[in-house]
Amino acid sequence: MCLAIPGEVLSIEGNFATVNINGVEQEVRLDTLTEEANRGDYLLVHTGFAIKKLSPEEAQETLQLFDELIEINKELDQESEV
Amino acid sequence: MNKNAQDKVKIIHGAGGRAMDQLISDHILNIFTNKSAGKIGLDELDDGATIDGTEGKTVVLTTDSHLVKPLFFPGGDIGRLAVSGTINDLAVMGAKPLALTSSLIIEEGLKLSELDRILSSMEKTCHEAGVPIITGDTKVMEKNDIDKIVINTAGVGITNVPTTDSGLRPGNKVIVTGTIGDHGMALMQYREGLSFKSKLESDIAPLNNLLELAQDSGEITAMKDPTRGGLAAALNEMATKSNLGITLKEKSIPIKEPVLGISELIGISPYNVANEGKAIVVTNAESANNVVNELQKNELGKDARIIGEITEEWPGKVIMETEVGGRRFLDAPLGDPVPRIC
Amino acid sequence: MKFKFQDEKRGKRLVDAIQKNVPDRQLKIVHVCGTHEVTITNNGLRSLLPEQLDIREGPGCPVCVTPTRDLDGAIQLARKNAIIAAFGDMMNVPGTEYSLNDLKSEGADIRLVYSVSEAVEIAQKVSKEVVFLGVGFETTAPMTAAVLVGNPPRNFSILPSNKLIPPAMESLMELPKNNVDGFIAPGHVSTIIGCKPYEPIVDRYQIPIVVGGFEPLDILYSLALIVQQISKDAPKVENGYPRAVNYEGNQRSKDLIEEVFQVSNSIWRGIGELPDSGLTLGPEYHEYNAYTRFDVDPEPGKDVIPNCLCPQVLTARATPDECSLFGTKCTPTSPYGPCMVGEEAMCNIWFRYGGRPQL
Repeated sequence: MCLAIPGEVLSIEGNFATVNINGVEQEVRLDTLTEEANRGDYLLVHTGFAIKKLSPEEAQETLQLFDELIEINKELDQESEV
Repeated sequence: MNKNAQDKVKIIHGAGGRAMDQLISDHILNIFTNKSAGKIGLDELDDGATIDGTEGKTVVLTTDSHLVKPLFFPGGDIGRLAVSGTINDLAVMGAKPLALTSSLIIEEGLKLSELDRILSSMEKTCHEAGVPIITGDTKVMEKNDIDKIVINTAGVGITNVPTTDSGLRPGNKVIVTGTIGDHGMALMQYREGLSFKSKLESDIAPLNNLLELAQDSGEITAMKDPTRGGLAAALNEMATKSNLGITLKEKSIPIKEPVLGISELIGISPYNVANEGKAIVVTNAESANNVVNELQKNELGKDARIIGEITEEWPGKVIMETEVGGRRFLDAPLGDPVPRIC
Repeated sequence: MKFKFQDEKRGKRLVDAIQKNVPDRQLKIVHVCGTHEVTITNNGLRSLLPEQLDIREGPGCPVCVTPTRDLDGAIQLARKNAIIAAFGDMMNVPGTEYSLNDLKSEGADIRLVYSVSEAVEIAQKVSKEVVFLGVGFETTAPMTAAVLVGNPPRNFSILPSNKLIPPAMESLMELPKNNVDGFIAPGHVSTIIGCKPYEPIVDRYQIPIVVGGFEPLDILYSLALIVQQISKDAPKVENGYPRAVNYEGNQRSKDLIEEVFQVSNSIWRGIGELPDSGLTLGPEYHEYNAYTRFDVDPEPGKDVIPNCLCPQVLTARATPDECSLFGTKCTPTSPYGPCMVGEEAMCNIWFRYGGRPQL
């Protein structure tokens, strides 16, 4: 029930966005979303409602976060070996 | 607490999973006593059975009934399915299909144009495979006594040595002839309650020519076609029957992006749904690459891959090495999540 | 796929980071989300983790914690000729005597829906009363709220059964000798409520809480952050899923919840009544409460069944394989207790993955 999946906004009409979620076009409601949605944006969708605007840039930053943590721990490793 | 009637046949009994296995073993295998006419009989529950023939050849016989709903869908229809399904059961037993029967049970009121469409599809598929329908039967039932049409096809094939689904040996490699989950996921859009239109197409195809190529290019120890219950059900059956383990590399399993997409959307694994134009081919380690290369030269085998190997560890179980590097069991599903898919 | 994070190389490095920081003693880390359990089990993550790190699912399965009373309520409403619309997992949960599916076989009109808006669409097309079984946590509540503020049809009502996650997390800390060393907070609940609601729990119990995403690397990352906090003895609320969660949460959704619902005490099946842990309809939306509209007031049902270990499993005090009924008398096709129903439920998940979560 926590299941929410990202999809790309193809078009907007009032409170509804047509979103491509994993190759399937779905009508998604925008009244539960705080941010403004535009064509080309990515939305996190739960049971047919948008709950967050996602950005592919932030998704890339996710990898950076992982790598930062990995680096810190590698440095600590190297320090302790000295 | 459990209000389910224990004395009736339930839908899940037809779904190709563990519930169906139980119905077969507790009732059918229990009551029938005269169950074989050759080395492979009813008890082996293989894709077909053998009849000891003359001059060292073995006759292979198989039968299947088809009640897919809807009758026509992207990539196929009940006619193509009825022909391919039976041809493939022969082909994965290592047999060259010689002939098919076709038995039609038709609901009063079915449009003749629809019947013709089904028959034409059967004709086209037979032509592709080079296998004739040489005898049949036709019955009509009153309106509502049956749902549109049920087709039963039986097939006869011939081989020198039949290939079973349990001949695997430790160190063997597991190959799939193409992408997994196509048929089952394509039919998901018709499942009650789901309302999406998808461009996914079923993969129904007769594999006799493809598998003959495979057999000519390496040493095949076992074969199976992963229909109802999917790759998971088929591999688990092979592992159980041979009492060996199967380890798969998830990264290597070919799955189309749209299939993965639908799978995530509806929460059903592509490993648990039917394939109707794919086969599992197990080879000895030395032959594997050659078999894959030959399969890939053919349109129906262009996505063939080695996806795993047979081990002595965890006999009877299937292990998945996941993309991120973890390990977990891949168990057979309880039933097929799509109600009438073959 | 842009939002997939599962490469093996990073996975290995994150596991190294966990291995580095994990203390020698046993650690019990609890998550409260069925979808997290699916990610963990499906990707075989437990097989990668150090032995002393034990990951458990808490009461994160809405189907499991819906009290028998609400199921019996739905059944009573169906018997009053209402169409019941519910999420698929609710169909097979056993009430005191019946499940919704049992009633469906007897001819009641029970509809499987994937969204509350589908239930409204049904109500727009029929004249009968349509009741939506509103189960779920904070992720699902804004949708019901959105539908109610939008003037739904007169024949539409809801059976309010939403629950709140932070009180459930607290209740686990209050159980004697439960020894929870940290939480992975549910990603999409946190998209709605933000990170703030977890702070009182950290303050009171001094354990790490990291908000976790749903990709395999997200989980490993969250665990790495948790053990890092433990090794530094510096517990706090940390956001391990910043691409989908921010500190304040989703204000619009929070406003919708506040407009329509009010916080109330709530019964969690297998746990009991927890104060301020559920949502009921506020006075302005009273008329959409199916219980009031139909004058139905079910008795508290039998939430605990003999020999069923669900109460212990739900509170991370036992694992499914420790239950004597697991896999024998209790299976997904013939479930005895709620933890075997529905694909978010721990017993159901473990059963489908070979009966054990790790090799």
